[in-house]
Amino acid sequence: MTRWPELRELTRLRVVAFLREPEAVVWVFGFPMLLAAVLGFAFRSSEPRTVVLGVLEQVEADLAALEADPRLEVVRFAEPEDAERALRVARIDAFLVEPGSADEAPTLRLDPSRDEAETVRLRVLLALSGVPRDDVSIDAVTERGSRYVDFLFPGLLGMNLMGTGIWAIGFAVADLRQRKLLKRYLVTPMRKTSFLGSFLLSRLVFLVMEITLLVLFAVFALGVPMRGDLASFGVVALLGAATFAGIGILTAARAKTIEGASGMMNLVMMPMWLASGIFFSYERFPEVVQPAIRALPLTALNDALRKSMLEGASVASMGVELAVMAAWLVIGFALALRLFRWQ
Amino acid sequence: MSVGAAVGTVPALRAEGLVKRFGDLTAVDGIDLEVRAGTCLALLGPNGAGKTTTIEMLEGLQAPDEGSIEILGLGWDRDGDEIRRRIGVQLQETRLQEKITVTETIRLFRSFYPSGLTIEAALDLVGLLEKRDARIETLSGGQHQRLALACSMVHEPELLFLDEPSTGLDPQARRRVWEIVERFKGEGGSLLLTTHYMEEAERLADEVIIVDSGKVIARGTPASVIGSLEAESIVELFPRAGESVALTDDELLALAGVTEVRREGSAITLAVSETQAAVTTILGHLADRGVELEALQTHAPTLEDVFVALTGKHLRDG
Repeated sequence: MTRWPELRELTRLRVVAFLREPEAVVWVFGFPMLLAAVLGFAFRSSEPRTVVLGVLEQVEADLAALEADPRLEVVRFAEPEDAERALRVARIDAFLVEPGSADEAPTLRLDPSRDEAETVRLRVLLALSGVPRDDVSIDAVTERGSRYVDFLFPGLLGMNLMGTGIWAIGFAVADLRQRKLLKRYLVTPMRKTSFLGSFLLSRLVFLVMEITLLVLFAVFALGVPMRGDLASFGVVALLGAATFAGIGILTAARAKTIEGASGMMNLVMMPMWLASGIFFSYERFPEVVQPAIRALPLTALNDALRKSMLEGASVASMGVELAVMAAWLVIGFALALRLFRWQ
Repeated sequence: MSVGAAVGTVPALRAEGLVKRFGDLTAVDGIDLEVRAGTCLALLGPNGAGKTTTIEMLEGLQAPDEGSIEILGLGWDRDGDEIRRRIGVQLQETRLQEKITVTETIRLFRSFYPSGLTIEAALDLVGLLEKRDARIETLSGGQHQRLALACSMVHEPELLFLDEPSTGLDPQARRRVWEIVERFKGEGGSLLLTTHYMEEAERLADEVIIVDSGKVIARGTPASVIGSLEAESIVELFPRAGESVALTDDELLALAGVTEVRREGSAITLAVSETQAAVTTILGHLADRGVELEALQTHAPTLEDVFVALTGKHLRDG
């Protein structure tokens, strides 16, 4: 007897039940679009940032050279405590303690670990030294593919594939278990493989919707390039979604309650949110942890998506990334099947 | 529905010496039972008596530590798939998914089986045709329970397991569940049901087994089990506050026709033979002793009375 009817009905109910939860739909489709738009806007590369320099009012030196710099905003403070407070909350990036006479270097109070610290130091140095500011001319990078939003979007897409895979599946499994429906299914002749297969299939249905919507938004609203061939891009997305579907089932394999599953899912996803290069390149992490980061499924997915979208690479040049995902896919499903608790 | 094939010499279900332990606790301690084809057996007992553990072992959800189970002449170890195709199960307190409609739910369960009723026939069976497009979240408790019943009957099972099918339902909803079950039985189906409602067992069951602490403490037809009390009536006396203390069990037992005495708070419950004569004697004695009653009730003995007589506990207590 063919098992198609039960697989079809199980999958259909997965899809239907999900679409009837408005919050879930907004979360899966709306949130990443909003995030990409907001971050893309916040980090748009049109104007370089100005840095803010605090100066105490009793400083009598000539500040004309500093004020003439368009990238340097000078703010006056009556009391050193006020300047300290402003520095603490990052309203100013540094403040000038001593003006520095002709034969004395000025003193800047700042937090050297902040990016702005070096900028403000250089600008003050530049202003006081009298070197013309436009000595070096600049050729600005403006083409698509090299802006922050271009880097960001494939990462968000990867994060979304992970999030929907793990959340949608993990919650659904825990919910069915809590309702004792898993146990109810167990006393029917339903194949366990049909049940697990329905999660994979329903993920594919959503994958098509998710990817289409998000990619169209990114390309037309944010101008993110789609340089790779669609087939390679499709293979990467499909493999990524399947991998996280397996991990989703695994995270909820034992959870007795939604709360338990939720904690487990966050535990699984947290390292990848931080390390897998969604918002910034993981190459900023120390060399010793790089192999571990590259072994994470989301890192592989993000790298592959970026290669495809930004570099126009085909699957042929993504061997490592695809292998990492495939390994997680196999391990995830094998473990999920082994550990899965039906009642 | 045609389930006539099941009627024959093979029992619908037979289990011998079932034992199930959870750590130090022996939840089921040597239970034997048999459901003859076309009949209904009720497993009666308070919560924690081992009813659900027993029924889950029979349903193949838990493996017994000891004992044997035969369902429709088949064994779980070899013929699990065939058994699952031929039995219908309603678990205690399954909650169907709220966002799904009645039709979608029944279609899902129907898809698990190679043959069975049409969706419409299944909904008609439980009187939910007019609710076919309603989402589960809009159903009443009784409708939800009937839909759960339809899910367990959609493939025309020969043997139906119902674990507390009417718990939490109002009397009218309960009677509708009973009508569905009676129709199934009327068409030759066999049933095993657990319940802690006496009325349910008395109305549906051909045989009852009363279990307490994992053991069978009484079995037989409802009439024979009730008959084992050897009481024609149960008489309940409610003396004015404080006055029952004056009456000892011995002096009550000495009265003609009184076979048993039990107390609960200030109330006294007597099992009596020959109701009319006994009541006359009792009232005479109370008058002699100067005990005034607030109320007196008599009723025909029920399975509840049997249970209380055997265990000193009520079925509905924990």
